[in-house]
Amino acid sequence: MIGMSIVKRKPLPGWVRILLPAAAVFVTLIITAIPILLAGGNLWKAYSTLIYGALGTRFNLLETFVKASPLILTGLAVSFAFRARFWNIGAEGQLLAGAVAATWAGVYFTWLPSFLLLPVVIIMGFAAGGLWAAVPAFLKTRLKVDDVVTTLLLNYVMIHIMGALLFGPMQEPGSSWPRSPEIMQGAFYPVLLARSRFHFGIPMAFLMVLVIWFINTKTVFGYQAKGVGVNIRAARFGGINTGRVILKTALISGGLAGLAGVGEVCAIQYHLLMEISPGYGYTGIVIAMLGNLHPVGVALVAFFFSIINVGAQTMGRMTGVPTYIVGVMEGVALMVMLIFLLLTEYKIRWKRS
Amino acid sequence: MISEIFSEAFITGIIGATLRISTPIILATLGEIITERSGVLNLGIEGTMLFGAAVGFLVTFATGSLWLGVLAAAIGGMLLALLMAVLSVYLGLSQHVSGLGITIFASGLAMFIYRLAVGAPIVPPTVDPFTPVAIPLLSKIPIIGPSFFNQYILTYITWILIPVVSVFLFRTKPGLRIRTVGQNPFAADTVGVNVNLTRTLCVVTGGAFFGVAGAFLTLAYQNMFLIDVIGGRGWIAIAMTIFGNWNPVMGTVGALIFGFLDALQLRMQTLGVELPFHIFLMIPYVITIVALVSVSRKATVPAGLLKPYRREEKGG
Repeated sequence: MIGMSIVKRKPLPGWVRILLPAAAVFVTLIITAIPILLAGGNLWKAYSTLIYGALGTRFNLLETFVKASPLILTGLAVSFAFRARFWNIGAEGQLLAGAVAATWAGVYFTWLPSFLLLPVVIIMGFAAGGLWAAVPAFLKTRLKVDDVVTTLLLNYVMIHIMGALLFGPMQEPGSSWPRSPEIMQGAFYPVLLARSRFHFGIPMAFLMVLVIWFINTKTVFGYQAKGVGVNIRAARFGGINTGRVILKTALISGGLAGLAGVGEVCAIQYHLLMEISPGYGYTGIVIAMLGNLHPVGVALVAFFFSIINVGAQTMGRMTGVPTYIVGVMEGVALMVMLIFLLLTEYKIRWKRS
Repeated sequence: MISEIFSEAFITGIIGATLRISTPIILATLGEIITERSGVLNLGIEGTMLFGAAVGFLVTFATGSLWLGVLAAAIGGMLLALLMAVLSVYLGLSQHVSGLGITIFASGLAMFIYRLAVGAPIVPPTVDPFTPVAIPLLSKIPIIGPSFFNQYILTYITWILIPVVSVFLFRTKPGLRIRTVGQNPFAADTVGVNVNLTRTLCVVTGGAFFGVAGAFLTLAYQNMFLIDVIGGRGWIAIAMTIFGNWNPVMGTVGALIFGFLDALQLRMQTLGVELPFHIFLMIPYVITIVALVSVSRKATVPAGLLKPYRREEKGG
């Protein structure tokens, strides 16, 4: 019988870690070639229409940026939490919390002077997402409740809160659909480039990449969060108030996801709908892992995911390969990256016994 | 309205619906309990169920045989679970992340295969689904008869599986071995139990349960495949596993509470009662979170859960 064991290896040089996501993407494209071929697609045509659909024209390129902004934000949200070992699987619910709060302010705060409306909407969205993430963080640090399951379940609690609001007090008068009234014009994200949907939220998402990078590398809190993630016991002995660090991490993480929800309401839909997010929160988990929990990595991977999401629409039209290939690609990419990360720390040894 | 609620028809209706709605959740919970008792948390459950729902539907759609569909769903679930076992047991990758990866991958694959097989018709294709089977004599008992003994065969099988899984885990040698592997893999290894093989077998068995649970939704509860057919039922099963303290009977109680609330909410809607039904749907999740708080104080969580077993890294 052949047995297998996994043993630690010497640390690999830094450039290997940087090249890793690129290699993972490459292997993913090879593996997902199988379902594309099974679907009767011509591989070259499929991948080239994918790229063309995402980057080939000015409008498509700008759409790719539009799609990237919520993915960057949820990816950042998850990576920031994971870095401190706060297992936030709840970015989806936090995104929805942000969207609900933004809609609430955007529709009903008619008494606000209009120049204050957008800042208030954004702050409310950030706060709502943050507070929704603070609940499982509190349960984790105070009552030792597993954060994976609570964050996951709270997604559904938030979906149903949203449903109760959209079928109740927040429903558009006279509408039988579960959707809110339109938000006020003053709460719209300004469109920055003519003849496109390139909006204010996109540079904001990139700004957040810089902010998170700054927090991670240049602030005491960033180092503490890292310390909590690497070894919570050592961090505690080192005098770090780990509970507070995790709570703060959750507030920022949930806030970022909340901003993604604000963007979907204020730049894309202008209403709150049950379908406001096609699972950006869950995709954020994959993005965070593929980006190696590094903000710049997250931004790059989010952009890559946006390319396959936007491009798959064109590919679907041109080659008949179902657009659901995107989910397959995302799942495969995650698993490949996991295995690659393992191989940077361990090697697999086969032995006969 | 009050008289309607206490009528015999309403009560039988609601008990029957509770049992139907809870069937896939009980099945999935049983699968997850077996999996987690061996020390693996399989968050691939939601995607595996969707895959089972799609594959089961498509095989039945193509062959006309419902049982072939169920079999295909079980095999599909086992294959995905095997992938989960390779990632999380043999390679020892994070169970959380590999599970979520499986869910994302399997959901994408399920919808991809479905689209490929049926295209995108305006009206989704349907199959002749399982019909309820009345058990002679027993189904004649008032109230209990039509509600308990006029169910799908898969529901009866599920109810037989509850004591079977329970006795297997707690009263047999292999069951003891599984629990030891989940509780203390090092001790299990010392007495000669193959930890990784045991875990793989449990994960794969669980996968079969997930697949069939998914197929129940497309072949019995409904007769078509819709993208949101699972609708978080897999996550509910994860919650019920914890709610039930990793015990099949208690997990079933949780699933029944969920089924009852869902059934009640559906009936109230058809009666035209103005209810914020989303509040109803939220209750099971909130109850579970509260239950998690109380569970976290007790040490019933399989101690080896989430920890990959590597013989070279004792205590690691």
